[in-house]
Amino acid sequence: MEFTRKNRQLLSRIATNDRHGENSHYFDGWKAYDSNPFHPIHNPDGVIQMGLAENPLCFDLIEKWIRENPDASICTAEGLDKFKDIAIYQDYHGLREFREAVAKFMGRVGGNRVTFDPNRIVMSGGATGANETAIFCLADPGDAFLVPSPYYAGFTRDLRWRTGVEIVPVHCKSSNNFRITRAALEEAYEKAQRSNINIKGVIITNPSNPLGTVLDKETMRSLVSFVTDKKIHLVSDEIYAATVFSSPRFISVAEVMQDMDCNRDLIHIVYSLSKDMGFPGFRVGIVYSFNDDVTNCARKMSSFGLVSSQTQFLLASMLSDDEFVGNFLRESSKRLAKRHHVFTKGLEEVGISTIKSNAGLFFWMDMRPLLKEQTTKAETELWRVIINKVKLNVSPGSSFLCSEPGWFRVCFANMDDKTVEVALDRIREFVLQGKEENNHEADKSQARAQRWRKQNLRLSFSSSRLYDESLMSPHMISPHSPIPHSPLVRART
Amino acid sequence: MAAISKIATGNGHGENSAYFDGWKAYETNPFHPTDRPDGVIQMGLAENQLCFDFIEKWLMEHPEASICTAEGVSKFKETALFQDYHGIPEFRQAVAKFMGKVRGDKVKFDPDRIVMSGGATGAHEMVAFCLADPGEAFLVPTPYYPGFDRDLRWRTGVELVPVVCDSANDFKITIDSLQSAYHKAQEANIKIKGLLITNPSNPLGTFMDKDTLKNIINFVNEKNIHLIGDEIYAATVFMEPEFVSISEVIEEVECNRDLIHIVYSLSKDMGFPGFRVGIVYSYNDTVTSCARKMSSFGLVSSQTQHLIATMLSNDEFIDNFVAESRERLFKRHKYFTWTLSQIGICSLKSNAGLFIWMDLRKLLKEKTFEAEMDLWRVIIDEVKLNVSPGSSFHCHEPGWFRVCFANMDDYSMEIALSRIRNFMVKNNETMVPPRNKLWRRTSLKLSLSRSLSRKMDDFIMSPSIMSPQSPLVQART
Repeated sequence: MEFTRKNRQLLSRIATNDRHGENSHYFDGWKAYDSNPFHPIHNPDGVIQMGLAENPLCFDLIEKWIRENPDASICTAEGLDKFKDIAIYQDYHGLREFREAVAKFMGRVGGNRVTFDPNRIVMSGGATGANETAIFCLADPGDAFLVPSPYYAGFTRDLRWRTGVEIVPVHCKSSNNFRITRAALEEAYEKAQRSNINIKGVIITNPSNPLGTVLDKETMRSLVSFVTDKKIHLVSDEIYAATVFSSPRFISVAEVMQDMDCNRDLIHIVYSLSKDMGFPGFRVGIVYSFNDDVTNCARKMSSFGLVSSQTQFLLASMLSDDEFVGNFLRESSKRLAKRHHVFTKGLEEVGISTIKSNAGLFFWMDMRPLLKEQTTKAETELWRVIINKVKLNVSPGSSFLCSEPGWFRVCFANMDDKTVEVALDRIREFVLQGKEENNHEADKSQARAQRWRKQNLRLSFSSSRLYDESLMSPHMISPHSPIPHSPLVRART
Repeated sequence: MAAISKIATGNGHGENSAYFDGWKAYETNPFHPTDRPDGVIQMGLAENQLCFDFIEKWLMEHPEASICTAEGVSKFKETALFQDYHGIPEFRQAVAKFMGKVRGDKVKFDPDRIVMSGGATGAHEMVAFCLADPGEAFLVPTPYYPGFDRDLRWRTGVELVPVVCDSANDFKITIDSLQSAYHKAQEANIKIKGLLITNPSNPLGTFMDKDTLKNIINFVNEKNIHLIGDEIYAATVFMEPEFVSISEVIEEVECNRDLIHIVYSLSKDMGFPGFRVGIVYSYNDTVTSCARKMSSFGLVSSQTQHLIATMLSNDEFIDNFVAESRERLFKRHKYFTWTLSQIGICSLKSNAGLFIWMDLRKLLKEKTFEAEMDLWRVIIDEVKLNVSPGSSFHCHEPGWFRVCFANMDDYSMEIALSRIRNFMVKNNETMVPPRNKLWRRTSLKLSLSRSLSRKMDDFIMSPSIMSPQSPLVQART
């Protein structure tokens, strides 16, 4: 959308700048998916969605529980007598049972090594709202946060857009499996200081999006001591905590703090049920701070994005069912492990490696050998080939601010088994074709590559084309999609 | 310790106001008919609790509205996964239709302009983020809802410039007062970006006629500033004349539609504050698009979208609900104001909202806000009613109080009225006839239309509507 000068004067700077991050070319893949989404019967040649970090693998368990627990709903005969109380309940402390259930769930997800205090559970509009709230509480406009890369693309909007706070990436390298090193943190910190950028804290995502790895205890301790030394904050986004499906286990920052000398006022956790339970639509974001002032402030701010009391009520009931939760967590891990294994094995067979991961809903695929040259441009070209030729919407590493070209995040949990097979077949075919090509004369492969390039979606960086709302409107979404998976519109991907 | 933000350490959240003392008194000693008959009665909460029986009946007849019933669980998964910030199409269509119905179907709302937010609280903040930069300001007629101080200013850095309205003309907004406030702001180098009106008004319970709205639209058009119309109480209009929305007036007046924005919610009209259904409806495409992106910070739970979509697309239910709600609000309002008038207490003539704007100026020791606070403390501590002092609404005249009447059952209302009566008698303020005579008085010496007197007879026969207490810190009051 072109912003006329008139609009710029009439509206705020926030409304007319790009900091919402949706003008990234990252969204082209979504567009391709939306206009041609895969369906096993209706559209078998369509684009398969592998850019969406969703966890739909355990809905059978959830639906069974729902049927067996009609009193969890305020709309059933069993729950109706609660309807009025719940419908009028707008206390920003949140339903006590909800907070207790969430605190208990968080504890279980961390292996019961830590007890979370229900009085520190503060609601927000999804993790999207939680991250923004945390920043509003901790930093002033112009301040900055260190964020190890590669990191979740949505941080660009969530941490920066309305807050005016900046992100300073801490680039991590494949040479050591993208570990966050003390040295890298120190270097990024010093560099920022020299440029007069006021670093207020560090944000980590653990388990990592997009890597799918967990931080080990040593790295966690190093982070905690780093922030304590520098007197800056540590925000740990633990939204994928229960997606850990094999060892090593997840270690929450809350656990690490327990046997360390550190300043607890600096430590804050962001959580959500969007990934662990598969409920992104319910907008259950949580800010959990060990700092009383931040807790109080965030709680007041939660008025801007409270969890619907109807949903609080449902989840209070569901998450306090110990047996169900135990069973769910075990089964979810099992199914994620299985799915992850099928994919990574399939990729190995054709010589594609991925970062060794044991968590998350995706893997971090190494396509560097397929790049024509080690540049972001080549990565983008390869990506367009993957979308248009292989017909898979994966996410290029550059959209995660990865400093090394050639890495792609590929989601594996958001589809059924049949679709997994199709996706793997397509990848196999593509890689084998690529190998064939390498055996041909150079000019023949060049010619084909050129043809492919011409067929590629012309990437337009102009915001007006990408953000043409009429294209993105629900009317344009393919009737084949079971759910209108509008691209940019994901609250979180 | 590392500092936290200025926003976090400042007072922009507005909760340090004396206004909240009443809440504290209530929370430590809430009224309960049997357990705590001497407790404080909550009359500071603008909630609409009168029609839940109606809603509950509908829910029993429509199990498919829930994704947790046997009939609805097949939709559970796709709903739980749905996080598209456009919102569920059926939800937007149902809300657009409802908004139209509430405005007498005189105007149609476009579902594609319906943007979600975290309650009206989130909607206001979002609109401020879209329209103004830190340091810029909105004009807001007084008295106004105290939450605006937080919602529009706290995290946005935007300022509010009051447009003083006074009782001499029933607190109506005049173009003169708007012009005066605007120019004064200009002289002080404050950039005015827009005007925010709440229509129907909180705390007044009145709404603007078409001519006033036309003048206001001409004013913003002339100054090239935005008009934000908070119409959260639109369906609480319980008596004629009919409510006129900004959306209706812009069809009749030449104006730049890019300046017009409506904030709406289901918290008051339906009585669902817990469900956090806020709506931003802008006629400006850029604002709509920007607000939609921002809605990610406060989307409506898809579970709730599903419920609301089903409920609000049921035409018969909605028509009946709106009519029934109006009827019950009318009865409650009439009984309350009539009884008060018998005790010698006047209030601003109103026909909307969930509260009355009570005139206690003659009870003030002197015409000051200190005296108002003193009187207020007496009302809380001695009369044991949590009402809201006019100063908390930035009213420029001391002695006015907002008193909510729709958030309690009939019994609590009677207790509240008798406490007021006793207080007035004690203070020799009026010759108040004893209670039983009041009850027997069927021929009322009031100049009422016939339909009104029919309604009067009805409310004396009306069944009790039981409601639980709500001892809470409210997202919105």
